Amino acid sequence: MEDSMKKNLQKIACKVRMGVIEGTYNAKSGHPGGSLSISDLLTYLYFNKMNVSSADPENPDRDRFVLSKGHTAPALYAVLAQKGYFSEDELKSLRHIGAMLQGHPCIHTPGVDMSSGSLGQGISAACGMALAGKLDNKNYKVYSVLGDGEIEEGQVWEAAMFAAHYKLDNLVAIVDRNGLQIDGAITEVCSPEPITDKFSAFGWHVITMDAHNFDSIESAFAEADKITGKPVAIIQQSVKGKGVSFMENQVGWHGKAPNKEEYEQAMMELSAQLKELED
Amino acid sequence: MADVIKKATRDSYGESLKELAEEYNNLVVLDADLAAATKTGIFKKAYPERFFDCGIAEANMMGVAAGLASCGKIPFASTFAMFAAGRAYEIVRNSIGYPHLNVKIGATHAGISVGEDGATHQCNEDIALMRTIPGMTIINPCDDVEARAAVRAAVEFNGPVYMRFGRLAVPVINDSETYKFELGKGVIMKDGNDVTIVATGLMVNEALEAAKVLETEGISARVVNIHTIKPLDKELICKCAEETGVIVTAEEHSVIGGLGSAVAEAVTECCPVPVIKVGVNDEYGYSGPAVDLLKKFGLSAENIADKAREAVKLK
Repeated sequence: MEDSMKKNLQKIACKVRMGVIEGTYNAKSGHPGGSLSISDLLTYLYFNKMNVSSADPENPDRDRFVLSKGHTAPALYAVLAQKGYFSEDELKSLRHIGAMLQGHPCIHTPGVDMSSGSLGQGISAACGMALAGKLDNKNYKVYSVLGDGEIEEGQVWEAAMFAAHYKLDNLVAIVDRNGLQIDGAITEVCSPEPITDKFSAFGWHVITMDAHNFDSIESAFAEADKITGKPVAIIQQSVKGKGVSFMENQVGWHGKAPNKEEYEQAMMELSAQLKELED
Repeated sequence: MADVIKKATRDSYGESLKELAEEYNNLVVLDADLAAATKTGIFKKAYPERFFDCGIAEANMMGVAAGLASCGKIPFASTFAMFAAGRAYEIVRNSIGYPHLNVKIGATHAGISVGEDGATHQCNEDIALMRTIPGMTIINPCDDVEARAAVRAAVEFNGPVYMRFGRLAVPVINDSETYKFELGKGVIMKDGNDVTIVATGLMVNEALEAAKVLETEGISARVVNIHTIKPLDKELICKCAEETGVIVTAEEHSVIGGLGSAVAEAVTECCPVPVIKVGVNDEYGYSGPAVDLLKKFGLSAENIADKAREAVKLK
């Protein structure tokens, strides 16, 4: 990836992370850890990969995105705001009574293609969208992000079987392998590992990537584009809480909002990162 | 008297899907390894490229249906009521109901008349479950004519619909030449002044039989067919409560949460009158021939007539 492009994506990702902190701080609840681990991925998808436009959010030919790990909606909302689907100010009313931005994604929010967040369900809807694309001979792709804890849900493997059976090569599932879920490390709670072997066994083409390196992300999606006849699973090795020093790899930041002091500290760190990129 | 023609509403469902396919080219059908039983196999044979077997994975099937609907398809997701409403309940709620997607759920083998398969497959709770989902339309047709009309109404309606069909062949009581289906409207099948019997599904015929017997005893029973359980025709129910003073409900479903509950909830708000419920009494079914089970569980004209006699005494 060209340096200028990479730098631009890094800046946007930094703003997305600030949006995550802004949203969860104002909501006094929410899930910053897993939102920060997918911030680079969502930035790449919305600003470099997907054929979507806030000016035409219902275009039938657009690429689709389903955030199966819906609790990380703050990252999706932050990227949608950056992309112009709604004002950045909306992030401050996340989870408030009467606000547009619900705790988990709702299809009625501009830019959101599917209500999700009850884990394991988004990937099935993504399969349906991919199947519809095949039926209509459309070229759009469907991207869906799952948590590594989420794939403990049996429905995910029903969907995995279905996608391979119907050769949904227009479907890309990205598993955010940050290694932590609410009760602890995924390997200690009820291990879904080995994740790559499982998707391979279910008939998917599996790619691994570094979730916080845009060169790695780009080459993973370039490989995904070449695959025909089977769905693609990208297992992204990520850091929960990435970008905010005291949140990184801390299970406690799965579903906890920063207090005022923590908010200021996080924003200061992210502002410094942004300033460095802008200099 | 002409011979009574009997037909299972699941057959009507499968045949209707095939008939509607040409008119609605965005209609697609999903099943979960039960195409021969749900009768979606009839559609599959005619339109194999628009039929998708999801295997024995009902949760995913409902989610796939949601995704298809979000892209403009009209998916009919089919399986037994136990799995459509029971196993997949939360997916129906969150992936179909909450986003209010245009998914049609064709739930066959509802109720005790599943027969020999026994309690695990006899779903007497599906109406109760589906009623709790905001925006869900629930249709429970009483015969072949009504079932066909219901499938057409479902495809013409934009929004999630749960359709309930039976395994057992039941008498065709409506005239296909004159029948008109109006979503959300109850039908007065027979007028009467002493008691209203509000019935749904295969119990409508039993209610009509009960009314005939009651007539010979001098009890004038009104029979109302509620094919659309949600949204309920409250106006008609309240009118019947006012005019006849007592109500007996009849359904092949638990007395908890189904038609009887819906009717009782309605009349407590507009015209509180006694409501006596005929249904499955908070218990599991068991194996046996469908016709015998219906009698055993009191889902019969005889029991409806008994309850109507009790109801009239309460006046």
